[in-house]
Amino acid sequence: MAEDKIRASLLKESKASKREKHGKILSFAAIGLIVIVVVAIFIFVATRGIATFTVDKGSLWDFFTKSQWNPGATDKSGHPLIGALPMIVGSFAVTLLSAVVATPFAIAAAIYMVEISPRRGYKILQPVIELLVGIPSVVYGFVGLSLVVPFIRNHFGGTGFGILAGTMVLFVMILPTVTSMSVDALRSVPRYYREASLALGATRWQTTYKVVLRAAVPGIMTAVIFGMSRAFGEALAVQMVIGNAALLPQNLVSPASTLTSILTMGMGNSVMGSVSNNALWSLALLLLLMSLLFNILIHRISKKGALH
Amino acid sequence: MAMAIEATEPDKTAAPPIIDTEDVHLWYGSNEALKGINLTFKEHEITALIGPSGCGKSTYLRTLNRMNDLIPGVTIKGEVKLKGKDIYAPGNDTVSLRKEVGMVFQQPNPFPFSIYDNVTYGLRLGKQHTREQLDEAVETALRQAAVWEEVKDKLHDSALGLSGGQQQRVCIARVLAVKPDVVLLDEPTSALDPISSSQIESMLVALKKDYTIILVTHNMSQASRISDRTAFFLQGHLVEYDDTKTIFLNPHKKETEDYISGRFG
Repeated sequence: MAEDKIRASLLKESKASKREKHGKILSFAAIGLIVIVVVAIFIFVATRGIATFTVDKGSLWDFFTKSQWNPGATDKSGHPLIGALPMIVGSFAVTLLSAVVATPFAIAAAIYMVEISPRRGYKILQPVIELLVGIPSVVYGFVGLSLVVPFIRNHFGGTGFGILAGTMVLFVMILPTVTSMSVDALRSVPRYYREASLALGATRWQTTYKVVLRAAVPGIMTAVIFGMSRAFGEALAVQMVIGNAALLPQNLVSPASTLTSILTMGMGNSVMGSVSNNALWSLALLLLLMSLLFNILIHRISKKGALH
Repeated sequence: MAMAIEATEPDKTAAPPIIDTEDVHLWYGSNEALKGINLTFKEHEITALIGPSGCGKSTYLRTLNRMNDLIPGVTIKGEVKLKGKDIYAPGNDTVSLRKEVGMVFQQPNPFPFSIYDNVTYGLRLGKQHTREQLDEAVETALRQAAVWEEVKDKLHDSALGLSGGQQQRVCIARVLAVKPDVVLLDEPTSALDPISSSQIESMLVALKKDYTIILVTHNMSQASRISDRTAFFLQGHLVEYDDTKTIFLNPHKKETEDYISGRFG
């Protein structure tokens, strides 16, 4: 009898292991839901975006190379006018330019915060950066519209709307993100690298740029790409200052457009299933693929950085 | 405990001491870690600093090339003379000091660069060198550190791909390439396996003819095997400093004898 009892108690699932099972099921369900949502969004955007080329007979070649954007109308051979080149150029221009301008400032600020004056950096710059991250993009756009655009109009000519205004607004928007990620990259450089360098007779500055920065390159590159992906996807603030003309930008101060700005402008004005609506989905698909590419790049770099 | 401890008078006939420290005190905040250390080091000798954990031997070692300056809240009093010049004198440059007094750390800490870039790092900080000069310096330093044969075919691979013992020897080569007079080693083999340790030990003995070596070690037999002189530290005091043979076979102080024979620490 006693043996049976022991046997039964050994074979019975304990409370703790039951709880573990429940916890596992719960977290798997949550992950499953997230995966399903992501996949569903991707499929939806992809089918709509591809429909422009399959159902509506748009030409993929035109999409990437032509600069006439008027999806409602067709050209002589009956293809819709879906030249997205101006938006593609606009998006890449503001993204690359804002990253190029923001990176040196971000690295300089990060060096100050980590290497030169950690205490003051922590006390003053850290809160400032956190505040900047928290400001809604419409506020950045509004400031850009009321300050940057007139400034450019008065000093560089044109209407003030254009790539330059978009770059300046995006520069301020991505600077805090790139800075705080660069700070993390510098902080994660082990102390013994600095000690080894100083013990070899290096000055602090030599240690910073020859060892610390070099060891932090993968982290800083991740920061920059992260900033670029943010700039690439930013819609509202850019739309407010870029001018929203689907024309190939002639210079930095002529009205231009980005993928996101044309999307937000056009969304409300098209009927689901129409050519012009599908064309917008094609832009959305391109945005999605680009952000996927940015993500892959970030993963690649952090993996390579881990190997060394 | 009797605290009036005198360093052994060096031979009058021998070369003048390369490092001479007088009454060195060091505080971490209000905690006194070194309580008046008098020690002299002679050229081309290996001196071992031994003692239980927290006795101040590593702290003392780090005062010799001012690495403690990097730690906030440290106060140092006393004189540390390198070839007759006080290294703590106002206006003295830590950069040139550390080129004369190099340091190897407990954990192998090569930079995440190639072996070549690691070894040439110290040289590239100063004046310009030609490619040939650098190549030559790399080979000399790696040969001195007894690691040349193992790495000569992969000088441009990352130093982090080497084994711990190889990494430590590359770190030693990195210090030697700068051609310091004195090499400080802070438990250089404590993170390594016995074979790597013995390679480093015999390398240090071979280096003695060109450098003055000061070594902190927890490994008593290592101290007895390779050092010419041994200093025993206890609770921030220098208890005894003498020829290694004397320290290990015929110590004058009871604390030394207790420690050597493994009765504490």
